[in-house]
Parts: sequence; C-alpha cells; structure tokens
Amino acid sequence: MSNNIQRTHMKLKDPRERITNFQEVALGYTLEEAKLEASRCLECKNKPCVAGCPVGIDIPKFIHEIKASDIDKAFEALSEYTSLPAICGRVCPQETQCEALCVRGIKGEPVAIGALERFVADNHNNVLEVVPQESKGIKTAIIGSGPAGLSCAGTLAKLGYDVTIFEALHDTGGVLRYGIPEFRLPKEIVDREVNALKTLGVKIEKNVVIGRSLDLKDLEDDGFKAIFIGTGAGLPRFMNIKGENLLGVYSANEFLTRVNLMKAYEAKSDTPLYLGRNVAVVGGGNVAMDAARSAKRLGVENVYLIYRRSEEEMPARREEVEHAKEEAIEFKFLCNPLEIIGNEQQYVSGIKCIQMELGEPDANGRRRPHEVEGSEHLIEVDNVIMSIGTLANPLIKTLGIDINNRGLIETNESGRTSNMAVYAGGDAVSGAATVINAMGAGKQCAYEIHKDFMSKREL
Amino acid sequence: MYRIVLKETLATAVVKMTVEAPYVARKAKAGQFIILRVHENSERIPLTIADYNREDGLITIIYQVVGKATMDLNNLEEGDFIHDFVGPLGKPSEIEHLKKAIVVGGGVGCAIAYPVVKALAEQNTEVFSVVGFRNKDLVILEEEFASHSDKMVLMSDDGSYGTKGFVTTGLETLLEEHKDIDCVFAIGPIIMMKNVSAVTKKYGVKTVVSMNSIMIDGTGMCGGCRLTVGGETKFACVDGPEFDGHLVDFDEAQSRNNIFKNQPVHNLEEDKDCRLLKEIENVK
Repeated sequence: MSNNIQRTHMKLKDPRERITNFQEVALGYTLEEAKLEASRCLECKNKPCVAGCPVGIDIPKFIHEIKASDIDKAFEALSEYTSLPAICGRVCPQETQCEALCVRGIKGEPVAIGALERFVADNHNNVLEVVPQESKGIKTAIIGSGPAGLSCAGTLAKLGYDVTIFEALHDTGGVLRYGIPEFRLPKEIVDREVNALKTLGVKIEKNVVIGRSLDLKDLEDDGFKAIFIGTGAGLPRFMNIKGENLLGVYSANEFLTRVNLMKAYEAKSDTPLYLGRNVAVVGGGNVAMDAARSAKRLGVENVYLIYRRSEEEMPARREEVEHAKEEAIEFKFLCNPLEIIGNEQQYVSGIKCIQMELGEPDANGRRRPHEVEGSEHLIEVDNVIMSIGTLANPLIKTLGIDINNRGLIETNESGRTSNMAVYAGGDAVSGAATVINAMGAGKQCAYEIHKDFMSKREL
Repeated sequence: MYRIVLKETLATAVVKMTVEAPYVARKAKAGQFIILRVHENSERIPLTIADYNREDGLITIIYQVVGKATMDLNNLEEGDFIHDFVGPLGKPSEIEHLKKAIVVGGGVGCAIAYPVVKALAEQNTEVFSVVGFRNKDLVILEEEFASHSDKMVLMSDDGSYGTKGFVTTGLETLLEEHKDIDCVFAIGPIIMMKNVSAVTKKYGVKTVVSMNSIMIDGTGMCGGCRLTVGGETKFACVDGPEFDGHLVDFDEAQSRNNIFKNQPVHNLEEDKDCRLLKEIENVK
C-alpha cells in the first residue's frame, strides 16, 4: 500500500508573511507526517542512500525507528554517525546526496530523508549520555569553529582528548553563524550544538586569529600535540569590473555578516547597513539566494538576482530557488554585469548588464555563455551584492604549511598536512563546498589523529 | 571578556585605555590593530595598538569619541569589561634596515604613529617626528614623541601651540634639510595622508600610510575595508593597513569611509546631550 503514497512535503510559512521577518520558513513535520513519510522507505537491504551521505548515516535504520514511533532510538541511530543532525537535516543538498540515490526516486519522488533527519533532531527527548572515554591527557587544538571544526572537536572529545577550539570571530559556528540566515537555520540550533560540545569538555577560545594572535609554533609551545585546521574558504571574490568599490556594493560575506552575525536587522543592533529600494544580487548559488531573500526581509522593494547562465545551471538548491521565487525575488537569467554605475556622491545608481546566450558545449560538456551583441541594458539599483564565490583565507599562507596554487591547504588522503602534527579539512582543503562535507572531513581527521596516537603508543 | 585596567583622558575626548588581553599582547607589533565590541549589541570597530606589555598581557589603545561605539566604550571605567577584543590584526610595520626616517602623525593618528617612532628608535634608526593637531587642547603624547625622536616638530592648525600650520609644512622643512631620508610614515586623517604623499612624491621619498577603512571582521573575510592601491583592490585588514602612499586612491578611500555618514545611526539621538560630544563640537 505504501507504494502509492506521495512524498509528504513540509509545511512552509506563507510567503507574504515570512518576508516580514527572519523566522524559519520551513516548519518541520508533525509526528503523523513524519511517520507517513517514513512509511515510504522500503528499507532496502543494500541501502543505496547511505552511499550518498558524506558521513554514512545508516538511513533505513533511523527511519525504521520513526515508523515504530521511537524518536529517541531514531536519534541514537543518527548520533552514531553525525553530531549535527538538526543542522544537516536543514541545509544539506539532499537532492544531490542521499536522496539522489533513493530507490523511490527512480519512479517517483525519493524519501524525504533530510526532513526526517530534521524531525528526529528537533523532537527527541534524549539527553544522549555520551560518556567520553577516559581522558588521555592529550591536548589537541581545533582552528575554526565552523562545521569541520565542530565535528572534529566533538569526535576527539568523545575519544577522550583534551580539546580547545580557537575561533577568530566573537561567536562560534563559522558559516552556520555568519552566513546561513536565521530563516533557514535558527541560531538557537547552532547554540545547542555548541553547548553539547561544551558538556563534553571542549574549551572554546573566541577572538583568537590563527596566523595573527597565534601561530602553529605557539600552539606547539603550549603543549598541543595535534592540530586540526578548519578555517574555511572565506575570502570573497569580486568580478573586477568598473565601479565595484562604489558605496553600496557589498560582498555577500559582508552583507550576510552584517545581517546574521551582527544582527543588523534588529533595532537594538548598532551595526549599520545601507540598503536602498532596489538591490541586485550577482550569482546563482545558495549564498546568492540567502543574500537576496535577506534583502527582501530588510524591506527592499525590488530584489534582482542576476545570473549569467540559465536556471538549469544554477548551483543553488532547488528548494531555495523555489522559496526565493515565492518571495518575489526577480530572476534575471543569462544576464552578466559589465559595470556598476555611481552617482556624484559615489553611491551606486545602477548596474549595466549584457544579455548572454548559451553556446555549444565545451570540452567539459558545459554550454558556455557568450554575450549577445548590442544587448547592453541598465538596471537601476541602489546596491549590488556580489555573490560569485569565495577563495581560501590569505592568513593560511602565514602558517608555514604547504598550500596549492588555489591557496588551499595540501593534505594527503588521511587529511595530514606537510606538518606531521597538523591536519586540515573542510573548505580550507576542498574550496567552497557543503556543510556535511566539512563535517565529514572533520570527523575523518579526528579518527586519523586518534589512529596516529594509538599507533605511537603501541610502538 | 576583557578587563580595563587603566583609563586616562589625554585631551578633549581623546582617551587612553589599557586592557587585559594576553593573546593580543603576546604577539603585538607596531603598526597592528585590534577590533573590539563594547557590548553584546555593539558593532565591531578597529583601533590601533598604541602600546603593549607582553609580561603582563596588556594592550593600550587610544581613541577619540566620535560616535556611538566610542561613546559606549568611553562609558566604561577601570575594572569594567569590554565584551570582545581581538588581535593583533593586520601586518606589522616594515621598519627594518632604515637609517633615517620621518614619522608624521595627525590628531588621534598620533596614537598610531607613536609605536612606529618607538620601534624605530629602539632599532637605532635616526627618527624625526612631525605631529599636528587642530589646537592646543587636542595635543596628545607630546612627551612620548619627544623622548623617542631625534627631533620633534609640533604643529597646530591655529597656532595655539607649537608652530602654526599643517604637518606638511613641518615635513617639507625637514625634507629640505635632510636629503637622505629613507622613508616617511604618515598616519592620520585621509586628507592629511594624501597631502603628505603629494609632498614626498615631489622629493621622491618612499612613503608609507596607514589606512583606516571601515571594517567588520578584520580577518579578510568580507572585503568591507577594500581600497585601490596601484590599480588593484586590496583589503586593508589583511594586506595592510600600511600601503605605499604614492599608490593609494585616497579619494575613493575617503568616499568609502563616508558610506554610513548620511545613514541614521541607532540610538545616537538619545545621546545628543552627551557632554563629550558637546565638547568635541566646541573644540571644532
């Protein structure tokens, strides 16, 4: 019977209401909805979905527990593999990961694995009694408190290591805090995960910038035996077109940091934000969607999303694009900025663009966009938010470990850098990728660090 | 939280604070800065490190009360805590191998110029300093500059103290007298650094300026502090704050620093009666 059940879609806040605030848009399943959706899982023996999960969660197992209404047990099953289910259930691009391999997806819609993971994380009553192994008295340092650092720290703490996280900003979470907005990921959830680490004995030192406040030698001198670098890829890219330094041009990182970390949308926040009536966001990824939807919530009348390829090529999650459309973000596909125009006071007054068309597929099979002659046009805007990707943070160069020509940290397959005691993972190694990939890398490095110490002990 | 161990008024609305910040003190060098956040809802503002004490883990900052953030900071007293205090940030000043240098400081920028003079003097560079203030009431660090410089020239715009005129006048006299200056460091308002760079360009003397851009994170993550140097975009927080004065687009930097000037600033209205702000207005 369950073969005929359609996928249960999560209820969303009404678009007209939700653009007036920063509250979470997707409301999550009720128990009935979760059970109904869980009933669609065929519990395949060979579990193809698991291969699509970067941390290898035993998906049919936790879904089986939902069917049995045992949410606490489902949470235990999840916790064996992931330490941030409430976050990953929300922000993972499941359509290209676990759900892409779901057998149900061959003939219909795949099981909503992400929504079920989120349901369990939000609704369990299980204060998971994780008893860390007996303290080994070995000091380990984690640089960066983003998803990679948090997951590495959690894993090491459970294995009995003495863990200290060093974070450059005044708050933890990395991109979970300053990048992804409240309406997609409530900060309460990030706080909860960080507090869970603290109960495991993890120490957190905020306002410490590695490469400036401390370097690797200082950490060694302070008795840290192993170091994990999870500093992300935070340096914003610009297009290098005329007018990019005009007043009102932001990188998406600056805009989102002002909004999310500094809470510029709250009256009590002192951090200023200059936004006019019309805003252009340049780019087609999730960060561009976040920036555009945030601008809308800050009262901007017209938000234009300018992307040089067509809708099909957009790297953003389908769901985010749909949400943005419902919120009246105006998409300008096959449109590429040539120049940003300013007024006499040097404030942005418009963005000059050119229409593009997709040509023949190149060597990689990707159709290259090229300019349509004579199609230059001006869009009147007061702000431009550049969201065309990020590069590795330049401070990594000061650490004395090998980096590649993209400025990313070189590691071997076990995550070790050119310095024997130093491991690295997440965006600092891979370039901008996903939260779950960073978490996976953090966890893997934690096990590698553990393996190293164990083998040394046996010698 | 970072405890304030000392607070001292240096001149009208110019205040010196020494703060317990062991991580910053451990590594601080001349030319670097910190970013602080006074309260939980405050913005992050950059201030230069004016002095440090590694043994006791102390950092000294000097600030002028110019708006909400500096006013909130100034409402804290010795024994109170600053919510966040991060650093040292930026590249240290490159001062090695200089035989003879001139340091030019303007207004509260003298607080940033002073550690450079001190560091130069400590490595036995022959150092002259030119410091300028709007008037006598705003003079700071006079003794400190005098005791670490081979010669100090003090200028005031209105002639109420020292020599009347802008720092460029004092600088030009020195450049005429000494044809073998290796480097000029200029630190102060953008217009002053622009004018200093124009003078030294005439003399063909290398000039380093310290840019005071608007910043948020201070770690290279957002580009809010970007400026154009020699036609390329640079981030003041990680590539600077010091740059070749002959290559900086000062007009653009000035304009970028004014972005929020015309914007409403939360809560400033209710502080209109602030005694300090009135004093600043009077001094102007």
